[in-house]
Amino acid sequence: MTEILFEPERYELHALPVRYSGLTRRQFFKALGSGIVVFLVLRDLEAVAQESGGRRRRGPMPRLPLEIGAWLHIAEDGAVTVYTGKVEVGQGSRTELTQVVAEELRVLLTSVRLVMGDTDLVPFDMGTFGSQTTPQMAPRLRKAAAAAREVLIGLAADEWKVDRASLVCGDGKVTRPKTKRSLTYGQLTKGQKLVKAIPDDVTLTSPDRWTIEGKPTPKIDCKAFVTGQHQYPSDIKRPDMLHGKVLRPPAFGATLTSVSHELKGVTVVHDGDFVGVATDNELAATRALATIHAEWKTTPQVSAAELFAELKKTAGQSDERARREVGSMEKGLAAADRKLQQTYTVAYIAHAPLEPRAAVAEWNDDKLTVWTGTQRPFGVRSELANVFQIPEEHVHVIMPDMGSGYGGKHTGDAAIEAARLAKAAGKPVKIVWTREEEFTWAYFRPAGVIEVASGVRDDGTITAWEFHNYNSGAAAIQPPYDIPNQSVEFHSAHSPLRQGSYRSLAATANHFARETHIDELAHLVKMDPLEFRRKNLKDARLQSVLDAASEAFAWGRKKTSTEQGFGIAVGLDKGGHLATCAEVSADRTEGTAKIVRLVAAFDCGAIINPDNLKNQIEGAMIMGLGGALREAIEFENGRILNPRFSAYRVPRFSDVPFIEVVLVDRKDLPSAGAGETPIVGVAPAIGNAIFDATGIRLRSLPMIPNGLKEGA
Amino acid sequence: MANDTQLHVNGAKLHVPADPERSLLSVLRDDLELTGTKYGCGEGQCGACTVLIDGLPQRSCLTPVGTVAGRQIITIEGLEQTGKLHPLQRAFLEVGAMQCAYCTSGMIISAAGLLKRNPNPTQQAIIRFMDGNLCRCGTYPRIIAAIKLAAKEKSK
Repeated sequence: MTEILFEPERYELHALPVRYSGLTRRQFFKALGSGIVVFLVLRDLEAVAQESGGRRRRGPMPRLPLEIGAWLHIAEDGAVTVYTGKVEVGQGSRTELTQVVAEELRVLLTSVRLVMGDTDLVPFDMGTFGSQTTPQMAPRLRKAAAAAREVLIGLAADEWKVDRASLVCGDGKVTRPKTKRSLTYGQLTKGQKLVKAIPDDVTLTSPDRWTIEGKPTPKIDCKAFVTGQHQYPSDIKRPDMLHGKVLRPPAFGATLTSVSHELKGVTVVHDGDFVGVATDNELAATRALATIHAEWKTTPQVSAAELFAELKKTAGQSDERARREVGSMEKGLAAADRKLQQTYTVAYIAHAPLEPRAAVAEWNDDKLTVWTGTQRPFGVRSELANVFQIPEEHVHVIMPDMGSGYGGKHTGDAAIEAARLAKAAGKPVKIVWTREEEFTWAYFRPAGVIEVASGVRDDGTITAWEFHNYNSGAAAIQPPYDIPNQSVEFHSAHSPLRQGSYRSLAATANHFARETHIDELAHLVKMDPLEFRRKNLKDARLQSVLDAASEAFAWGRKKTSTEQGFGIAVGLDKGGHLATCAEVSADRTEGTAKIVRLVAAFDCGAIINPDNLKNQIEGAMIMGLGGALREAIEFENGRILNPRFSAYRVPRFSDVPFIEVVLVDRKDLPSAGAGETPIVGVAPAIGNAIFDATGIRLRSLPMIPNGLKEGA
Repeated sequence: MANDTQLHVNGAKLHVPADPERSLLSVLRDDLELTGTKYGCGEGQCGACTVLIDGLPQRSCLTPVGTVAGRQIITIEGLEQTGKLHPLQRAFLEVGAMQCAYCTSGMIISAAGLLKRNPNPTQQAIIRFMDGNLCRCGTYPRIIAAIKLAAKEKSK
């Protein structure tokens, strides 16, 4: 767990919740029925009493250990249920984790069910972010499943009084090949109430022997998604449920000075600056809200036009967590034949998940149950417990697989609003944010200013690299290039807008600045951009994805028109190794730029689900097109000016170029998460291709919000 | 205000006591529990709320329920016929044309409208027709492939 770092730009996560898992052993079997339960204990194993032979046990039920990473139950019918705090938001975690368990337990995918993100049932988890499900949760569940397999073999060995080494598992059975006798998992778990805490070092199936992992596997329960049967958070309905709406201030930071209404038969809550209503249906709630007379006090605020000056002006000391000083910039610049200084900027952008923030809250006495779409169910539980001053044990957060997040659903805003209204109404209340609320009251990917100063020798060796990121963040701020003299810093600043995590965090901004600057250096010394990168990169995995991408792209081929441009970028973040190539058709006089083709090669270690990986890479590239080309939040004096899809252009069918993905499968290396990093190469590869076609260097994201002319 | 609207939804005749100014989307989801049709933007820009009205894809978020009395409404829940998935539903599964799948209902319903009008659409025709449907996860290339596959299956 200790390797989870909060990158500084996860501004929304100001505090960590307390670790807590609420179920006792008795509650567990009461909830699940008999069988066997296997816990993976992350550390402090000594402190946990190993239990066995549950039927014989007497005395008080111990609480479950606090440092549980995962648990898994095999019922008397052989059904396997796995409990994890990770959530499914479209990235494929449910499918991948199911594969992992099925592989180690030697059962069919359909025999395994995952319970995810239900705070009463699953072990504590900080949240689903940072591409951590694959590198952290998948190994844990593998271990839990492998340990359960060993427990089952042990039960069969006891039953038959034979050496356990003579037994094998397969098809949901333990078999003794010698006698061809077998017992199903259900037969073995019948009547058991066995709890096993297992250490972190069980033997796992080697990736070269995988039969379920490593194979393209469709989304679990996919039929429910094409028939409309799946229940997303915004689809939850409870008996007597009301629909709530919240009165939004006219600007950020506004305070309520007076409020009055003549509403009858409608629940109205006024508490500080919060005003909300709840009634029978959404239209009635919207109409009720419109009749409330409220006066607000607003304060002048920084607008988009002053943004970058403001970020520089308010920048604080650099963040030690992200600082790197290597060699001496002075020496590095002295050794250079040429020097370059450039500034790059990135705008605020919105996650705009298609399912907006939504929650249903229901009180039973002083206990609160909330169904909500969040990447941090335990974080939302803590927020609710804090707001309502109740113990965390009295808050139950349930997270049905939701309509995406991209780092945007880490906070419990809608859950808190629904719970406030439900408490006053004495009935369950549903809140679904409108698109405008989603574009205004969520948080944004941080805007930023990045300054780069560098030196290069005429032979293409980079001698000096100074990099300052103001506000946008520190993710992947360190260059993967082999540069003897470096000074790299991240400076937080005062942000006029609420900001926080986003797919890949600031890795997109830092890669945009870095890979654009690298391209500028290559042109400065008149070297091919691919050769220039190869010369300055030592990392063998980056070299290999560069080879794969440039080969698939046919880098170096002759241009067939003057509008054609080619660009390349490499990326390294969260264990993912990326090379992206772009082809554009751009015309300087016409002011047009069309993205023709994108090729990405990606290596994230051993691939667990190749089709889902490909889907994630394609999706990240398409999402990346938005921030690269057109997406920007426009704001003025505390107001968002474009809080609609009609005014904020996200990628559509007609924006999508031909996309090709090359997967580099490294069965010999641990699997890294892959939902984020493929986004980082898109903007610089396209910008470099536009330069190649037109000679126009674009140093601000989005690059062509109004076409090429105005961007130049 | 509670007028009684007669709705034909997925082949069933229903009397719905709902304010006629409420959106068809809200009535489908909140009163009839047909939650497969989704809210995405409320301004007809994302297509998540698409239903077929007399065979044409329409944005139910912008359609007051009072205006569709007696017209034939098909939602994603009504596409499956006699226990058999619609060719588009099968094709989306076959291709894996989804991630979070929140847009999927609207995509399938819009594509059903397209295939009704044009049983063998070109890539360009698909892009033109579907451009009002958003997939934030970016599964567009897969959705195009699924529509082509369904068209091929239907023409068999």
